[in-house]
Amino acid sequence: MSDCYHCGQAIDKGIHLTAFVLGEERDMCCIGCQAVANAIVANGGESFYQYRSDLNETPEFTLDNLPTTVKQELSLFDNLDVLQDIAQANESGYEATFIVEGITCAACAWLIEKQLADFAGVKSVRLNLTEHRLYLSWDQKVSPLSEIISRIYSIGFKAQPYSPDAAQQQLKAEQKQSIQRLVLAALGTMQAMMFAVPLYVGEWSGILIQYETYFRFAGLAITTPVVLYSAKPFFKAFWRDLKTRHLTMDVPVSIAIGGAYIASVYSTFTQGEEVYFDSVCMFTFFLLVGRFLEARVRLKNGEAGSELHSLMPRATLKVLENGDEALVPVNQIQVGDVIRIVPGSPIAADGEIVAGSSSVDESIITGEFIPVHKQGGSPVIAGSLNIENPIDIKVTALGKDTQISTIMNLLDRATQDKPKIAQLADTLAQYFVAGVLLTSVIVFTTWYFIDSDRAFWITLSVLVATCPCALSLATPTALTASTAALRRNGVLITRGHVLETLRKSRRILFDKTGTLTLGQLNIEKTVAVHSTEEEAFLIAASLESHSQHPIATAFQSDEVLTVDNIQNHSGEGISGSIKNLDYKIGTAQFLGHNLTPPDDRHWIGLAQNDRLLAWFLLSDQVRPHAKEAIQALTNLSVECELLSGDQSRHVQEIAQQLNIKTFHGGVSPQGKLDYLAKQDPEDVTIMIGDGINDVPVLAQAPVSIAIGSASDLAKTHADVILINNQLKRIPQLVKQAHKTARIIKQNLLWALLYNSSILPLAAMGVVPPYIAAIGMSSSSLVVVFNALRLNRLPK
Amino acid sequence: MEIIYITVPVTLLFIACGVAIFFWANKGGQFDDLDSPAHRILFDDDDAKPKQAEPKDKAKDSDS
Repeated sequence: MSDCYHCGQAIDKGIHLTAFVLGEERDMCCIGCQAVANAIVANGGESFYQYRSDLNETPEFTLDNLPTTVKQELSLFDNLDVLQDIAQANESGYEATFIVEGITCAACAWLIEKQLADFAGVKSVRLNLTEHRLYLSWDQKVSPLSEIISRIYSIGFKAQPYSPDAAQQQLKAEQKQSIQRLVLAALGTMQAMMFAVPLYVGEWSGILIQYETYFRFAGLAITTPVVLYSAKPFFKAFWRDLKTRHLTMDVPVSIAIGGAYIASVYSTFTQGEEVYFDSVCMFTFFLLVGRFLEARVRLKNGEAGSELHSLMPRATLKVLENGDEALVPVNQIQVGDVIRIVPGSPIAADGEIVAGSSSVDESIITGEFIPVHKQGGSPVIAGSLNIENPIDIKVTALGKDTQISTIMNLLDRATQDKPKIAQLADTLAQYFVAGVLLTSVIVFTTWYFIDSDRAFWITLSVLVATCPCALSLATPTALTASTAALRRNGVLITRGHVLETLRKSRRILFDKTGTLTLGQLNIEKTVAVHSTEEEAFLIAASLESHSQHPIATAFQSDEVLTVDNIQNHSGEGISGSIKNLDYKIGTAQFLGHNLTPPDDRHWIGLAQNDRLLAWFLLSDQVRPHAKEAIQALTNLSVECELLSGDQSRHVQEIAQQLNIKTFHGGVSPQGKLDYLAKQDPEDVTIMIGDGINDVPVLAQAPVSIAIGSASDLAKTHADVILINNQLKRIPQLVKQAHKTARIIKQNLLWALLYNSSILPLAAMGVVPPYIAAIGMSSSSLVVVFNALRLNRLPK
Repeated sequence: MEIIYITVPVTLLFIACGVAIFFWANKGGQFDDLDSPAHRILFDDDDAKPKQAEPKDKAKDSDS
């Protein structure tokens, strides 16, 4: 059997689904893929399959069985109040931006654009492939937004209205400006070098004074915008450092750029000895390239869905006084109102249950995906997910007052508290700056007594010759090479400091569910009592196929029997009849008759009438390679600890299974922050997590790592993302960090060696500018080539 | 050699024009998305004749 034509997943036995694509019947793995493929073909997008370079994601749902939340949201898009909120009116209708999920390659972008352009009311549609943003302008009267967005869902993608916050807009504007700075510096460098050639040649063969001055002015004309515009960020940082009395690499960089430029200007007007315009431009350009690449990585990973907002529903059912229900936007709900939450939709506000009982997934606070049973009087929190039955809630808090918002506040505080770790290059810069300034003073004083006319020029050439080009490239080149190598292996570094910080780390804190474990239940063991294992599983799977509870995912099966009289008993189990026999599956209490499971782990039983058929042991399985990863980390003398929101003894089991000595269960998001604060800052603690409840601690930890399947919010605040969810990459990451540190040290040593060897020559006044320029470039090249050695990851 | 009194200012003018055009293009969002335009041009080509293209590409498709 071949793999699914649409998403590439292996097709399970017993599934025979096909879709007619590109003149052939293609096998499909699920009705989702089939519906999407049919929709694409029916809407004339067939050639998409010819051009896509990557397989699609498996769609979570089809248009026919959209979750209630999505349906609600879609119907709400045509409500004028809501429309005002998410879109701007323009002359021909509205325009708005959406985040699209599920895009895997350029063909997806093309497909979406083409599909939406079919609508008569769509004026313009543009999809940005880099950011996965869809810009849409449409006429609401001709094509309602709900129809347009439904089409996106029907072809297997998801779309959410997007409104960037101020910080993101600023980041974007800065990125735009940095491209401009870079391009100006690049063009300026090329041209300044061109104008420098006649000057260098003239140095050997002689040049008429009027031509020399002319080319110097040309150089000046080209360099001035580069210094004033492209190099502006360095001067800004220099000024900030001066005010805070803190020497960073920006200080020598600014002194070199500013000093060389001013000296060259002075020299141009007074027909002095030398100009350094080409060096100034080149230096600025090299440094900007490094910063640009770093900023680009950060922007790319930091943007998608960074708002907590997207977790909250936009609409909810309000229970009116006469008992009817009406769909209203959440911002029209008030404290004291009663709202109805249907199964499968998130709870819109903090509140208290007044009618009904159900299981609620509170992973947003606890990180645990197994739902908690709630009944009349129980408090529920906004953002958690109702699983089984409809419940009515009396609203106690809304919007900013909800518990989930406190996570946002914790997050803000944690981000500010993040310890700043002095970077190697910055520490070095302090000595370097002091050294250069001191030397310059000595050189000037000495020459003043030897030959007072030349003293100024020789001091300047000392400053330029010691221009810390290689020194300031030493770190960024190594970091860029290392980051690229890690990225190819599924480790995404989103903050520049990570590799330098990681090597000092002595402790690593793991979250349990979803991080060390897969975050989904599996049947670990079946104990058949009055039945065979196969028969028991078939009956259990048939019953569970009618449940939304996460336990049901453990019983997935292709063939199920028809079940009648199905009843969900929230927090207990399911009952139903198959071929006129009554069955029950659930907890021991639910089955009754004083049954006791084999031990106190997570067992659920299956019974026919009063006869026990089988016990199933459910567990959340440990991720592959978790044990090896922890062993490898211990060998690198990094201590591993487990910190979980789970209160059960499962924490201890996992810890023992993985040889983790220190473990803590039942820790709240605040508790995790407190625990982190207690750690010795010298240990540079790494935090690894995935859930919303981990977000504050991820933000505060000196280094934080998020699993690739983590929530978007967690990924946004993590320094590192493990794209393929492979824990074995963590020890590799630590090793690479050590290797990077080694390379950086070599680079710095070389740069210092070069600078200090040219210093005495410059001090004696025997270094002409072309030698200084060649020396500077070649020492920079050595640094770059050395950094390229980081391209391969250590095993 | 007097020619350089003309050529150098012309060079500077060219550079200034280049930079100005780039800034203008960047402000208009031309460099926001560097990935999709490269592919888009390939897809749009076949819109007019999808029926004829099909049988020929079938063999190639099934193994991709």
